[in-house]
Amino acid sequence: MQVKVRLHNPRRDLEIEGPITIINLLARLDLNREAVLVVRDGELVPGDESLSDDDSIEIRPVISGGAL
Amino acid sequence: MKCVTCRGPAIIDIRRHNSNFCAEHFIEQCHRQVRKAIEEFEMFGPDDKLLVAVSGGKDSLAIWDLLVDLGYEADGLYIGLGIGDYSDTSLDHARAYAHSRDLRLIEVDVPSTFGFDIPNGSRAAKRVPCSACGLSKRHLFDEEAIKGGYDVLITGHNLDDEAAVLFGNTLHWHTEYLGRQLPVLPARDGFPRKVKPLVRLAERETAAYCIVKGIDYLVDECPMAAGNKHLSYKNALNEIEAMSPGAKHSFYFGFLDRAAAFFEVEASIDREGLGACASCGAPTTSEICAFCRLVDRAGGQLPERTGVSAVSVDLGPTRTGSVQ
Ligand code: SF4
Ligand SMILES: [Zn+2]
Ligand SMILES: [Zn+2]
Repeated sequence: MQVKVRLHNPRRDLEIEGPITIINLLARLDLNREAVLVVRDGELVPGDESLSDDDSIEIRPVISGGAL
Repeated sequence: MKCVTCRGPAIIDIRRHNSNFCAEHFIEQCHRQVRKAIEEFEMFGPDDKLLVAVSGGKDSLAIWDLLVDLGYEADGLYIGLGIGDYSDTSLDHARAYAHSRDLRLIEVDVPSTFGFDIPNGSRAAKRVPCSACGLSKRHLFDEEAIKGGYDVLITGHNLDDEAAVLFGNTLHWHTEYLGRQLPVLPARDGFPRKVKPLVRLAERETAAYCIVKGIDYLVDECPMAAGNKHLSYKNALNEIEAMSPGAKHSFYFGFLDRAAAFFEVEASIDREGLGACASCGAPTTSEICAFCRLVDRAGGQLPERTGVSAVSVDLGPTRTGSVQ
């Protein structure tokens, strides 16, 4: 079992070996912490939390585009 | 990570405030920031009739929810832009939210009312989709706010939006826009008062607010947004923010405190010489307003106006059509 990670824009799924903290996971995927939130079962997961092998999370972008 | 207020387990860190929050105290923090923005910029009072521009995305649903939680009465306004599935889904989200809190949502559908949609219309009019879309939304927000007798039009612009627009306008020294980039634009002939109560919250916080409150917003992006400059400015600012938390806030609020006033004169020149659009009655400096010209070039049609149309705007005795 591995940590299941869902990404958006484009939508895709990854598997990453745990345990790994959210902060390290985002660094590894080269994602800016300002630009995403991590959600598990509809709840926010804080940056220092360590994910274990059967976790399934979503990395949700929070940056919307478009003219204003 | 512990909540700065109660020392319980935190669910979010906000680095520019050097604080972590649990769910309950994060919501409290959002309330505090919105209340502070409303008071600091004297946005509106408890008796004002508020209209919130609602897209179904995180920012507009968050501000609607925050205002209702804070005890304000606010209706929503949704503009259907005819952007395929994106528009259909965003309307579903806006309706579902309004329904869940028993709120009134006004809907204006551009394709069925004006005979064009943003993807095809912007192509026909040879405009960037977001520019045609932004122009249409601004026009229809103003029109519906005036028509409905609302005191204030509220938009969900957050700190990232404002910092990114400021960044773009500064990068190109669009001084004519800089004096207008304020959290409050006062009402003037034919235009409602416009306010942005989310300016003290970053985009990450408005999304977190929705997740914590269980608000089902549309996560997917508008397909037209890909690759636009606004997004690249946001990404650039977030790179800076990651190295220097608080950078976006000090860029935007420093501008408001120390620079915006220098550009006021130029911004106000722009406001002179308003007349009524010969076609729709909206205030404009040309004979025909930019929206009516867009409708025409996009291959659409203005709806028949019945008698003295409700959308026509009374410009007052001093402004009736004459250039001052
Ligand atoms: S991204 Fe552009 S086209 Fe899409 S809704 Fe926003 S402004 Fe309109
Ligand atoms: Zn707490
Ligand atoms: Zn017009």
